[in-house]
Amino acid sequence: MFEIIQKEILCSQVVRMIVKAPRIAAKAQAGQFVILRVSEDGERIPLTVADYDRANGTITIIFQTVGATTLALSRLEAGECLQDMVGPLGRATETENLKKIAVIGGGVGTAIAYPVAKKLHEQGAQVHCIVGFRNRDLVILQDEFAAVSDRLIALTDDGSFGEKGLVTDALRHLIEAGETYDEVIAIGPLPMMKYVSLLTKEYHIKTVVSMNPVMIDGTGMCGGCRLTVGGQTRFACVDGPEFDGHQVDFDEALERSRLYREQERHAYERACNLFGQEVR
Amino acid sequence: MANMSLHKVPMPTRPPEVRSGDFLEVTTGYTAEQAVEEAGRCLQCKNKPCTGGCPVQVDIPAFIAEVAKGDFAAAYAVISRTSSLPAVCGRVCPQETQCESRCVRGVKGEPVAIGRLERFVADWYNEQVQNTAAHPIHNGHRAAVIGSGPAGLACAGDLLRMGYDVTMFEALHLAGGVLVYGIPEFRLPKAIVQQEICRLQALGLHLETNAVIGRVMSIDELMEQQGFETVFIGTGAGLPRFMGIPGENLGGVYSANEFLTRVNLMKAYLPESATPIHCGKRVVVVGGGNVAMDAARCALRLGAEQVSVVYRRSAEELPARAEEVEHAIEEGVVFRFLSNPVEIVANGHRCVAGVRCVEMELGEADASGRRRPVVKANSDFLIDADTVIMAIGTSPNPLIKTTTEGLDTRSFGGIVTDETGATSRPGVFAGGDAVTGAATVILAMGAGKTAAAAMDKYMRQK
Repeated sequence: MFEIIQKEILCSQVVRMIVKAPRIAAKAQAGQFVILRVSEDGERIPLTVADYDRANGTITIIFQTVGATTLALSRLEAGECLQDMVGPLGRATETENLKKIAVIGGGVGTAIAYPVAKKLHEQGAQVHCIVGFRNRDLVILQDEFAAVSDRLIALTDDGSFGEKGLVTDALRHLIEAGETYDEVIAIGPLPMMKYVSLLTKEYHIKTVVSMNPVMIDGTGMCGGCRLTVGGQTRFACVDGPEFDGHQVDFDEALERSRLYREQERHAYERACNLFGQEVR
Repeated sequence: MANMSLHKVPMPTRPPEVRSGDFLEVTTGYTAEQAVEEAGRCLQCKNKPCTGGCPVQVDIPAFIAEVAKGDFAAAYAVISRTSSLPAVCGRVCPQETQCESRCVRGVKGEPVAIGRLERFVADWYNEQVQNTAAHPIHNGHRAAVIGSGPAGLACAGDLLRMGYDVTMFEALHLAGGVLVYGIPEFRLPKAIVQQEICRLQALGLHLETNAVIGRVMSIDELMEQQGFETVFIGTGAGLPRFMGIPGENLGGVYSANEFLTRVNLMKAYLPESATPIHCGKRVVVVGGGNVAMDAARCALRLGAEQVSVVYRRSAEELPARAEEVEHAIEEGVVFRFLSNPVEIVANGHRCVAGVRCVEMELGEADASGRRRPVVKANSDFLIDADTVIMAIGTSPNPLIKTTTEGLDTRSFGGIVTDETGATSRPGVFAGGDAVTGAATVILAMGAGKTAAAAMDKYMRQK
């Protein structure tokens, strides 16, 4: 069950895996996610479906090794199996009637932004992609984005690849230059999505963000993934993961995401020792 | 001559100061001698009032008579005629409001310890007897059971014994529903649940974990494409309720479901578990049911120094089983009755610093017959806390409802059924918390069994 068919290192910290999961592949849509476990004592982690192949019964996941579980996952090779995988969970991205869109991706969030950009491109929309990374070592999916973008701007914080700057700088530049968008879709770290949303609010452009909070079951049972959206409590797993960026309380989401930081750090260090890997 | 002692044979129980530091079972169960002695208290009433108090109608005097004779295998045979999960029910049923509340011995003195005897018989059987159940002969008809909690297990068990080919779908990676994610190890060891599930697998159950029906497949697909003639929905009431007060989304505020799932299903209390949990030194649990007791007692075992249960009514109205409340008090849980939170107060990092409450007093009786708590003016007070657990109830999950056309539900989300468990969709049955809203294990089991009988009838007539 859930055999890894193919594994590819996209950059030093980012891995792409194609996993056999025929039932999930039959139903998955852009924007939805799966929850997986690597081992019997492992935690349940949510990962967005980066792609799917209904004919071959596989789905693609792309992840960054940020903690103990993603590190353990990154050590699995083609031919090995995941302990569990459940999905597709959450609601699919709504792309109907969109004609011109800016898709913003940050870091490994670009892996989630890509299937959305691809879907929009395939339905004939004009797609401008802005993708940002910390530095050139972390850049991923450039060919893939180029194939589905009418305009592609890549940036790094230090200028070691593409333009130097932040995705918000590039987006403001495009808007100031007269580009108009039906919608902006921003997927990446919480601060990036927050500042993109603040920017687009100034220009009254509808903005959708993809939230990836701490989650256990993914079916609405635990409430751990709750967020405040427009003053209401919403569950990312069943009401999302995509929400109106102008309504999300990002500061609260940021604090909630840090709740287990210390425990996660310890677990990560233990895992690094176990795998004889340098602690970052 | 019956044993005329006014008191139950006491249940062997581990001392509070020892058990509150670990997750091993609190009560260790009767010995054979103790069971025989307690069974001697039963008067063998001809009209069997106790059986009338049992949602699955266990023939209680008959099984107790066998215990009194020392024929425990025969006692098990009597119980298992009507109950699928005796080792579970003996531990978690609220006997004091069911069978034991009708016991004649309870008129003067304590009732017969029916729950303890049931548990003894089930544990004895599980230890002594290898599973020899014959694989029933398949009748060629297929049924799907959605959810592997008490309702689903009871329904599947009966259908399997009738010869149906049963597939059970579970959303989580482990079967058992609330028995594995909700009820803690110290009250219901998970090995017991696993044993019951293995027993059903030995009868031919196909178990599919990691399958969220409504997402990976709809009920229509199960019936039209997968060839299931009937479907039983036993998806429980898994959606946690919150109070809607300020501060509920602060770091350190959990639903009881999340807190208990981290502890029980994900085993966050074991060092080898990868799942973290944040349990502070001062914990406030809001609510007064069994779930609140479980959360409070888990928090103690995770090292909390001060655990307060905040309940808006008084001790008399506590819905939790009496035994759980007693055990919680013995272990050091503090109850703040007639108190209701109005705000969760933050520290500088958007994490919990305390719970602001108001005092309540009991007014007129409400629709449930319980006196309605009313806020006392100017009675604000603050309880310092770093973890808050909301255990104020759950609702049925809307996933099945929203993905199944023509399935009628009530305003609170419960699925509409007739007395046999039949829903508004032909061939689709439902039972347990998914229908009633949060209730008990035994009521869910009873509903699962009722539905199994109706599903059998439906498939025969088809």
